[in-house]
Amino acid sequence: MKTDADITNDLQRATEVRGDELRALHDRLVGTADAAHLLDVAYRTVDTPVGSLLLAATEEGLVRVAYASEDHERVLESLSARISPRILHDPSRLDAAARELDEYFTGRRTTFDLALDLQLSTGFRSIVLRHLTDVGYGQRASYGTVARLAGRPKAVRAVGSACATNPLPIVLPCHRVVRSDGSLGGYLGGVAAKTTLLELEAAR
Amino acid sequence: MAACAVFLHVIITRRRPGQLNPRTVAGQMPSKPPFEVVVEVHGATVLRVCRAVLGRAEADDAWSETFVSAMRAYPALPDDANVEAWLVTIAHRRAIDVARARARRAVPTDTFDDAPDRHGPVERDDDLVAALAALPDKQRQAVAYHYLAGLPYAEVAEILGGTTDAARRAAADGIAALRRAQRQRGATT
Repeated sequence: MKTDADITNDLQRATEVRGDELRALHDRLVGTADAAHLLDVAYRTVDTPVGSLLLAATEEGLVRVAYASEDHERVLESLSARISPRILHDPSRLDAAARELDEYFTGRRTTFDLALDLQLSTGFRSIVLRHLTDVGYGQRASYGTVARLAGRPKAVRAVGSACATNPLPIVLPCHRVVRSDGSLGGYLGGVAAKTTLLELEAAR
Repeated sequence: MAACAVFLHVIITRRRPGQLNPRTVAGQMPSKPPFEVVVEVHGATVLRVCRAVLGRAEADDAWSETFVSAMRAYPALPDDANVEAWLVTIAHRRAIDVARARARRAVPTDTFDDAPDRHGPVERDDDLVAALAALPDKQRQAVAYHYLAGLPYAEVAEILGGTTDAARRAAADGIAALRRAQRQRGATT
């Protein structure tokens, strides 16, 4: 005589789901959701010399680049709260970003040509971020210089906090901003990552 | 679709009167997991349920429509809602739609090549699947939602309509019929 547990096991076996079947359905969901403008945030990770980077994009453009030290799971939760919980793993929307980052890390690219979504940064911080690209590849600028570029020469500390909360590190090059005494200063991805990026750019 | 989302919103909020999300109480920004996590955690169970209720041939379409509907409605879902029950509720409605469409298709065209997947490669536990397909709708649904999705009978009743006792009875009758079918198979082999 079969027990309830036996029947449950039989049912489980009869409806067994394989990983590849589920992946195919996931891909189909991504396609449908994207076409219906339901995919508010797409993400993927890429492996780089500064560790695994999380890339996330809205329909507007790249909205977040996050270091592993920021905890990718927590970053996605925060995107869910701040932008939308309609988030799916979808590498295809980030193809261009992944390719340009790869070119950057192999020394074949000095500027990024990507659509950006700066909605995670507001007010003076977003003004600072827009001016980070004024500091060219391989160059360094002090926090004070960036404050002047952003039109508020006395707002040196605000530049520091704008860099510390940069939602698009590497692409918006806050790693090129250093202390006026020439020391590196902090970096949201860790000082080792900042050194790696500056050395990479100096070597070219 | 929007009406359906509102309806779901109502039944889910009604089920938990007066309950506050602890994170909201603590004054932090309310948040819910990225939808990717919902697919990861519940995708397989919902596919099992779709297969049990509709058969393999139509399960993929029902699963896809379920998750697209769910993704549409997800931002409005209360943070403390029972996500699995919510998904099974949506799957239940999509399965009804798919079954209706099948019925419409089946009437006028007798040349229609019926469900090629039934003769496909996956033949294991075929008898159980056949026995499941032969159950009355309510019994098959009650068995799937309770035994595969693991929903308590109160939740099953809310999805099917009717009382908790009726849901329990439907599942018990369904299981009894599956047992009989399996015994018969055992006797003939």
